Amino acid sequence: MHHFIIRRLIHLVPVLFVVSIVIFSITLLLPGDPTLAVLGDQASQAERLAMRTKMGLDRPILLQYVTWLGSALTGDFGRSLRTQEPVAEMLAARVPVTLQLTLGAILLAVVVGVPLGILAALRRNSWVDVLCSATAMSGVAMPYFWTAMLLIILFSLTLRWLPPSGYAPLLSAPVENLKLMILPTLTVGMAMSALVMRQTRTAMLQILSQDFIRTARAKGVSETRVVLRHALRNALIPVITVIGLQTGALVGGAVVTETVFGMPGLGRMVVEGIFERDFAAVQGAILVIVIGVLAVNLLTDLCYAVLDRRIKL
Amino acid sequence: MTAVARDPDQASDGTLIRAGRRLLRHRLGRIGLAISFIVCFAAAFAPWVAPFDPAGIDYDAILSSPNPKYWLGTDEIGRDILSRVIAGARVSIQIVILAIVLAFVAGTLIGLTSGYFGGVVDDVVMRIMDGLLAFPILVLALAIVAVLGPDLLNAMIAIAIVNVPGFARLVRAQVLSIRELDFVQAARALGANDWRIMLRHVFPSVLGNVIVYASLRASTALITESSLSFLGLGAQPPVPSWGGMLSTGMQYWDAWWMSVFPGAAIFLTALGLNFLGDGTRDALDSRLQD
Repeated sequence: MHHFIIRRLIHLVPVLFVVSIVIFSITLLLPGDPTLAVLGDQASQAERLAMRTKMGLDRPILLQYVTWLGSALTGDFGRSLRTQEPVAEMLAARVPVTLQLTLGAILLAVVVGVPLGILAALRRNSWVDVLCSATAMSGVAMPYFWTAMLLIILFSLTLRWLPPSGYAPLLSAPVENLKLMILPTLTVGMAMSALVMRQTRTAMLQILSQDFIRTARAKGVSETRVVLRHALRNALIPVITVIGLQTGALVGGAVVTETVFGMPGLGRMVVEGIFERDFAAVQGAILVIVIGVLAVNLLTDLCYAVLDRRIKL
Repeated sequence: MTAVARDPDQASDGTLIRAGRRLLRHRLGRIGLAISFIVCFAAAFAPWVAPFDPAGIDYDAILSSPNPKYWLGTDEIGRDILSRVIAGARVSIQIVILAIVLAFVAGTLIGLTSGYFGGVVDDVVMRIMDGLLAFPILVLALAIVAVLGPDLLNAMIAIAIVNVPGFARLVRAQVLSIRELDFVQAARALGANDWRIMLRHVFPSVLGNVIVYASLRASTALITESSLSFLGLGAQPPVPSWGGMLSTGMQYWDAWWMSVFPGAAIFLTALGLNFLGDGTRDALDSRLQD
């Protein structure tokens, strides 16, 4: 297991290198003078030159990159150009919001998608199967922000069951937090449930027709045990692949969902940072998002190995 | 998706016609084709199809719900939602087509050269592609728009760039196997230069799968475009865009038609493009050929 993790981590090095260059380039490629964002357009030439020196912009690009990377590796992402707050502190406040949203969505996708996928496979060509397939295809085509708006119109404005927007911290106001998180989690989780459902159905259909399932049935194993112990364990591997591959899309969904529901997460930090030209904040948030996605991909690979002993560690 | 790895000179002239017939027999492919045709028709002939000027203001009908005159209602300054949805189709379809064509051309060129020549160039190029693939699509698009500035053209460039690594990876993977096949070796033995072999022999062999991939990416490109416009980073007012209309709709919750209809347009178009992509894949899949 250790060798496998080390090998995968080594593979991540060139990827992270490219990622760091792309993120660093955000400030490098910006049109205009970066000191404008800090000093505004009224500052004198001398003030600008002093700020350029202070920001390290007068140094060679390679040196700027190495300094930036070194600081980022120690958790120092600089200060927000707008509020002067350390970006690391902003990230610490926003990561839990996005994490709760994405983990909740994955949980919803598994809890809804796997059982419905199994049901669709067991009742192939029945109305359940047709309904599941139609839902899956629709779920993939629905933009997150439209799903969010429809949910708000239905559950908040028409039925008045849930609050339409806002955020309360999980630890200090758990009940309020759960109420506020239901609609965002549904928004992001529904699309993923559709994919998980479709993948579970396909995988179950393939596995249920294999010889070892026939053997298990011939030995008199109950159908529930055949489905849950023999088939599902194998069917979960492609399902986990889908979850791993979709994490990126899930985070993309979180960006727009946080905007619709007014949640102070990483996605909203990126969008606000772009509008306010607060590029230290944008860089920090994007770096954390990409590292998070890569970490989930690594975890996905580890899950394969645990579920399928044939995959060599 | 399977590689149709044969010399295109040997391929039957009727391959595309047969694939077209199979697409028309494919139930979902047919629905997808119909939806895509309707949207493209509306986009192409928007000024003639739309019942009103999409920028035309009717002060007597501000925030009107759907009615016999304004079928889908009006917005906060009395503009016809239906006409704006039709005009929005024009914006979205243009961006999607241009972005996918750009990604197709750039990704195919990168994949062809990287896969064909191999070696250090391949290693470096593919690591760059891996790095770009590590970004969630919308997040990378946001980063690019952050650099280029929020407008429609930049949104199109961003959508093209985020799709390049997928095309490059797909083409490279196929070129790796095709470059070892007999017809490529024969062309090399006959003295054809590398570029001629790549463009005349290898490229036509990967084209089918790249077209399928392009059709499958179209719906993602559409949703990315509308997401950028929704966030205020794509089409800028007064250009009518589906995402932008939904963003405005968020400020007028009571006028549900402002949110429901532009969203339904995105949903139906994305659904149609998905169906068309699935149908095209099945029609061109060599294992399913009749």
